Amino acid sequence: MSNIAKALTGVWIAGVIAVAFLWLPPAQGFRSPEAARIVVFHVPCAILTFVAFLLNAAYSWGYLRTREPLTDAKANIAAELGMLFAVLATVTGSLFALEQWGSAWNWDPRETSIVMLMLVYAAYFVLRGAVEERTKRARLSAAYALLAFPAMVFLIWILPRIVESLHPSNTLFSRSGLDPMYRLTLWSFFAGLLAVFVWMFRLRLRVEIAETRLRQQMSREPETTLTGAKR
Amino acid sequence: MSRSSGWAREAIAVFAKDWLVELRTRVALGAVVLFAFTSVVASGFALEPPSGVPAEVKASLLWVILFFAAVAGLSRVFVVEEETRTADALRLTVSPAGVFVGKLAFNTVLMCLLCAVTVPLYLLLLEAPVRHWNLFVVVVVLGSMALACATTAVGAIVAKATTRGALFGVLAFPVALPPLLVAIHATKAAWVSENGWRVATGDLQVLTGFMLVIVPASLLVFEHIWSE
Amino acid sequence: MSWQIVLRRVGKVYDERPVLWDISAKVTAPGAWTILGPNGSGKSTLLKLIAGLLTPTDGEVVYLHNGERLTAQQRRQAVGMVAPDMALYRPLTALENLRFFARARGLPVQDNDLLSLLEQVQLRAQAHDPIATFSTGMVQRLKVLTALVHRPPVLLLDEPGSNLDEAGMGFVRHIIREQMKDGIVIVATNDTREMDYGEPLIRLGA
Repeated sequence: MSNIAKALTGVWIAGVIAVAFLWLPPAQGFRSPEAARIVVFHVPCAILTFVAFLLNAAYSWGYLRTREPLTDAKANIAAELGMLFAVLATVTGSLFALEQWGSAWNWDPRETSIVMLMLVYAAYFVLRGAVEERTKRARLSAAYALLAFPAMVFLIWILPRIVESLHPSNTLFSRSGLDPMYRLTLWSFFAGLLAVFVWMFRLRLRVEIAETRLRQQMSREPETTLTGAKR
Repeated sequence: MSRSSGWAREAIAVFAKDWLVELRTRVALGAVVLFAFTSVVASGFALEPPSGVPAEVKASLLWVILFFAAVAGLSRVFVVEEETRTADALRLTVSPAGVFVGKLAFNTVLMCLLCAVTVPLYLLLLEAPVRHWNLFVVVVVLGSMALACATTAVGAIVAKATTRGALFGVLAFPVALPPLLVAIHATKAAWVSENGWRVATGDLQVLTGFMLVIVPASLLVFEHIWSE
Repeated sequence: MSWQIVLRRVGKVYDERPVLWDISAKVTAPGAWTILGPNGSGKSTLLKLIAGLLTPTDGEVVYLHNGERLTAQQRRQAVGMVAPDMALYRPLTALENLRFFARARGLPVQDNDLLSLLEQVQLRAQAHDPIATFSTGMVQRLKVLTALVHRPPVLLLDEPGSNLDEAGMGFVRHIIREQMKDGIVIVATNDTREMDYGEPLIRLGA
């Protein structure tokens, strides 16, 4: 990402935040209309969590097809970013839930879904930590990601049948649901956050590539120099 | 010989071999049944008198016990092949699909045996108010089968890891969660709902659907787990 | 009926650590060959690559039967292998082990056939003992028997004589001589007593 693009992203996000707090009217119909602005930030984080989860599964599948180490690195990065946005979505959601419904945690299907996604990511990272050999780690974690994916899809699908939801359904895309001004601000913030997501993804990937090069260089060096340097 | 009968024959051979080994050593069976037994007895003590505990709580607790008992034993069938270094001979003899289906069948039977021992004891000690017996039996059988389907491939992953420790429980939980939640929901229906069958029919369909999705997914990735 | 194994520029890298690189060779039945090299030179890895237990990082291992490439399934049927880190099921008896490997391969064998096979390796009397009670030599004989139960054209032996006495070495020699009449034998060894089992195929450095 060029410096101009980074600067533009920064200005864009700052602008959207300013709009959300200064220009956006308080949302009537909520218990605390002022606090409802958080929805503008909360929903994009939640969407990006699921985007990251999809990416993780797609890259995992790609890795098993091609056995390309970089694809495994991408799957891992997607999981890391997914974890980050899951935390952000949960925190913003809990803050609003405390204001709106009086308790930070309600076992609402969407709350539960996102926490379970966090659990999958955590399990994925634990698995990666438990395998020493890199190619084996890549293979096993990709396989696990592809087992967890259908399970999570099932979970997200069945949870609403088992517990009742507090979240409004289908407000994001339907015309009657969200106020158009809110919807515009929300999607503008999403665009900015998506740019940050892409930027972070590429940054992490560059670190990963640099680390791989370093490792290759180290292993190419004669054994004696390495041990000699240590002593 | 056609391909399908090929892996079916292999799976039957693996299944028979694994049970023979299990009956001699009783590692998995011992772990699973003992874990379940102690948990049930401990719950019985803790929830004394059981009449004061809501049926919903009892239904949930039953499945929590069954899940953790499964965690104690369902990865054995793969771990033991790696630990005793028999996996390579198996890899050279049997196709990955044959291995997976054989081990899946082993775990399914293990889960059913576990339920046959644990559930009656649980019902007895915790005075569970079962209203619809037929439904309850169907839920237990389908639920335990779904747990076995969800965790067998995860067991294969764990067997390949360098440090196994508590890995199986950590990895198995997210994958096993959907059938677990649905089984709990359906068990509550079988125990307390007046029209249990109507409430639980959807759950039974979801359990079946889950197995129909997770087993092919497992088969798809199993070759990548099993072959080096 | 011609069997051929071709190694084309085979290499195996674990992470950034190369174990084998650029190995090319070709063997055609009948005959016996050896892979020589000190411990840690990658003999076992190479044998596993040939068996299909490992996938090469570079190059490929191809099995040809009358010029046709074998699939993974056909290759499993064509290979028998004995290696120190390929154990049998210790809680099971000799007969049960043999029965499993025969049945899993779809061989229509009865217990009587299996017992006469055990007779050939002097294990008839111990057929119903768990192999946990067996000596090294007895286990090795049973391993060879299970590796050959489906009469594979290719036999791979990793250090077949290790920990064996003279009688055991004689047995291994006999098996190799029988197998090399129409099939392929590849022996990986570090033992000077075993170097004359076949022609040197590949010599690996440390």
